Order: sequence, then structure tokens, then C-alpha cells
Amino acid sequence: MMDAAPAKSNGSLVRILDVHKSFGDLKVLRGVTIQVPRGEVVCVIGPSGSGKTTLVRCINHLEKIDSGRIYVNGRLVGYREVGGRIVEERESVVAEQRQNIGMVFQRFNLFPHLSALDNVMVGPRRVLKRPRAEIEPEAKALLERVGLGDKLASYPSQLSGGQQQRVAIARAFAMQPTLMLFDEPTSALDPETVGEVLDVMKTLAKGGMTMIVVTHEMGFAREVADRVVMMDEGVIVEEGRAEDLFLRPREERTKAFLKAIR
Amino acid sequence: MLGNIDFDGAFFLRYLIDPPSIVWKGLGLTIVIAIVAQTFGVLIGLLVALARLSRFWILRQWAMFYVWIWRGTPILVQLLIIYTGVAAAGFYKYPDIVIGPLTITGPMQAALITLSLNEAAYMAEIFRAAISSIDKGQSDAARAIGMRSLTAMRCIILPQAARIVMPPLGNEFTLMIKGTSLLSVIGIRELFGTMQNINAATFRTFELFLVAAIWYLILTTLMSLVQRRLERHFSKHELPAEKTFKAEYKERSLLSGQR
Ligand SMILES: Nc1ncnc2c1ncn2[C@@H]1O[C@H](COP(=O)(O)OP(=O)(O)OP(=O)(O)O)[C@@H](O)[C@H]1O
Ligand SMILES: [Mg+2]
Repeated sequence: MMDAAPAKSNGSLVRILDVHKSFGDLKVLRGVTIQVPRGEVVCVIGPSGSGKTTLVRCINHLEKIDSGRIYVNGRLVGYREVGGRIVEERESVVAEQRQNIGMVFQRFNLFPHLSALDNVMVGPRRVLKRPRAEIEPEAKALLERVGLGDKLASYPSQLSGGQQQRVAIARAFAMQPTLMLFDEPTSALDPETVGEVLDVMKTLAKGGMTMIVVTHEMGFAREVADRVVMMDEGVIVEEGRAEDLFLRPREERTKAFLKAIR
Repeated sequence: MLGNIDFDGAFFLRYLIDPPSIVWKGLGLTIVIAIVAQTFGVLIGLLVALARLSRFWILRQWAMFYVWIWRGTPILVQLLIIYTGVAAAGFYKYPDIVIGPLTITGPMQAALITLSLNEAAYMAEIFRAAISSIDKGQSDAARAIGMRSLTAMRCIILPQAARIVMPPLGNEFTLMIKGTSLLSVIGIRELFGTMQNINAATFRTFELFLVAAIWYLILTTLMSLVQRRLERHFSKHELPAEKTFKAEYKERSLLSGQR
């Protein structure tokens, strides 16, 4: 059931269609299909090794896919279609597509040689080539919004995990993306700083940002997720509204997983 | 049993403290050659390292070949092939190059070419190790905000690699200063060549070569002081990759100092 019809066959911002991906002999994604309408928040849960990180990395083409299609904003990401097959796009095209897709990593990946402010400005400056005078006030305002107005000059090594992750969110948001991807943004954090990062993410979600969030934070999922997707062994086992999936899972694998993380 | 000791203390002290101007010139030449060759070595070495890490097979092979050749042969042999050999075979006769008030003689051209290309091989390995030591998450994050890989290299990876490269670069420069003494064999009057020339007229070999050794020691010691200063400055907020790289390089630097 390959949907080859171009672009806007429905209103979804993100359409992931029957995506397969292997690392060598290891099949990591085995036919994943998810559609995310504009403004929706989808949480992805699932056991370690089920392919959550890989899926999220495929969405902005940090990983290649073997087959299937991923559309963001009606455009095929990382590929163009030639005679029913997909051919990888030039790097410049992929780079331009990634500008619209923000990504937040489990381990923050802030640039350690740049201050918090420069981390937020480096995208607009070096990628969008906008003048410093124009973006500096914006970047400052962004850092203020994530509660770090007093840390502009701090380097990542001088910030706590929670503060670093908030800078990372601001860095991604500074590119004015239409979609934001989060890969377990709070699982490398001390428990007491998890809340401050989730708060920032909730604000984003309530502001209408389309988000795909790999997370096991059930409170977050129940508060802002429109849908929760349960992955296991490279396939989607079950999906539904947060309350339904957490309280009345249908599949055995979901039940077992939820029991294990509680 | 000691022979008749013939050590002219006054001569030694005069050459150490108040030498004739040709010695100062020789010292200056040593410093200039070392700086110029090190600079080119860094620039060419960076290109070789980027080739080594490129996604194109042919560039990687070329870079490996380059490093293999230049590190696998003695620098004295390289110097003599590039100067005497190339000229003898008639490929290039090294005419003087005149740039404004500056004349670069044939031996000097050969010297700078050899030292630069040789140094580039060592710098290439240092750059490669430094770049590889930077967490892959850095280039992921750079690409995720829409950077192309060249931009990511220039704005994100290389600034971090540059700091990691500082301590080994200091070592390399120290080796370079000492290495310039080889150039006396093709008639360049750097510090050691100058001392050899004076020796030919005065036969005060021990005194003169001791003076040369002391001057090299002064240069290398100054260099290591500068290096320690820089390192202390940079370690104020150390990059994550810096620590692991330093530990790794310390193990190898004893060996790399022996070339
Ligand atoms: N670059 C890679 N090369 C080879 N194998 C990989 C690579 N990246 C991931 N894998 C493998 O693919 C599988 C899925 O990995 P992935 O990181 O997507 O899982 P995950 O669901 O995010 O797990 P976790 O909850 O532990 O983060 C794992 O078995 C992993 O070892
Ligand atoms: Mg993961």
C-alpha cells in the first residue's frame, strides 16, 4: 500500500509511509507508517532498541532509509522520486529541508566552544546568513522565554543538564521550524531538572508547534499529546490517545512494556 | 686518561653572550624558517587531513599515501632528494625567486618545501586524530540545524579541533626548531650552519657547538613556556574531547619526539 501520490493528498504535515531501514543485517524499522497533522503532538514510546531514535533521525534524513517515503510539508525528505524509486538528494537540498525541522537530542549536543547565546544564533547566522544585529535580540528573547535570560554568556560546560537542554530547544526553535523532533529529551537529566524542560516543551506544544516526541514521560504525554505511538522491534504495535493507551492498552507487548517502566 | 684539555672559556662566553652579528642572523633565520615551514605544514596538513576524512575514496587513498611516504623516509634523505636530486636530474634548477626586497635562494626554497611537506604529514595525523575525537553528536546537531558538511566543519568541528591540536602543535614546533639544524647540509646559514662556518675558520668546535646547543635549548624552553601559558588559558573551560585526546596523545608524544 504505497502512497506515491504527490504531496498534499491529505492535510498532514508529516507523513511517514511504510518506512524500512536496516543497519547491515539488523532490521531496525520494518514498515512504519505515521501521519501527523499540523499542530499535533505525537509521543513515541517503546522498549530500548525498538527503533525510536532511528525513526526520528530518518525524519530529518540524518539516517538514510531503505524503502518507503517520508514527507514533511508535502515534500519528500532527503530524496526525490525517479520512476517510482527514490534517489538521494544533493546535500545542499537536504540541508535546506532540515532548516524547517528542529531536532533536540537526548544528549543535548550543544556546541561546547560557543556560549549559550551563540549556540542559539549560530543557525540563523551561518545557515540563514542573517545579520547579527537582527538575530541577537531574537536569540536573547528566546533564551529568556526558556528561562535562561541570565545565562546568555555561559558556556555549555557551565550549565546544568536541564539548562543545556533548554538552550538546545531554543537553538532548534531559532530556525523557525515547522516541525520539532525530540529524542528522549529528558532521559539524560537529573530528576529535579526534568520538569523545567518539560515545561518548555509544553509551552511549545500549546503554542501550536507540531512535535514528534520520543519520551517515556507519561505525565507529559497525557497533558499535551494528541496521540501516543507504541513501537517494538521496528513496527508500530499500537497507537491511540494517551489515556486509552496508558490505561487500557490492547496489545500484550504494550501491557508488558508499560508494566516494565512503571 | 685525559688528553691536553683545550677549552677556551673566554671564546665560549663571548660567543654565548655577545656573538658576532652573523650568529644573531643565523638565529633569526632559524626562527623565521621554523615559523614559515610550520605555518605551511599546518595549512597543508589540514588539507591532507580533510582529504583523509573525505567521503571520496581516491582522496583518502592519496592522503594515506602522502603520510606514508613523508613519515616513512628520513627527512635528511628527503631534503637531499628535493634539493640536490631534483636539480641533478634536471627537473628544476632552483633559480633565485625575488619578491620585492626579498630573495629566496635555491637552497632556501628546497628547505622550506621539504620542511613544510614533511611537517604536513605529521600535522595531518594530528588533525585527523583531533577531528575524529570530536563527538559525532556535534556534526549531527550542526546538520540538524541545516548546515552543510563544509559549514559544519568550518564553524563547529574545526574550532573545537583547533583547541585540541594546541599541545601537539607546540611539540611539533619544538621539533621543527631543532630540525632546522639539518639545513646546514645544503649550505643554509641558519644557527647551526653559521656555527659550522665559524668552526671552519676557528677550529673551536666544542665551544661553538656547545653555544649552538645552548641557543637551541633556550628557544625550545621559551617555546614550552609559551605553550604552557596557552594551555592554561584554554583549559578555563575545557572541551569534552580535549581531555580524552590529551591523555591519548601523551602516550604517543614520547615516540613522536624521536623522529
Ligand atoms: N548507526 C548504527 N549502526 C548500527 N546499528 C545501529 C545504529 N544505530 C542504531 N543501531 C541499532 O538499531 C537498533 C535500534 O536502535 P535505536 O537507537 O533506534 O533504538 P531506540 O528505540 O532509540 O532505543 P533506546 O530506547 O535505547 O534509545 C538497536 O539495536 C541499535 O543497536
Ligand atoms: Mg533512542
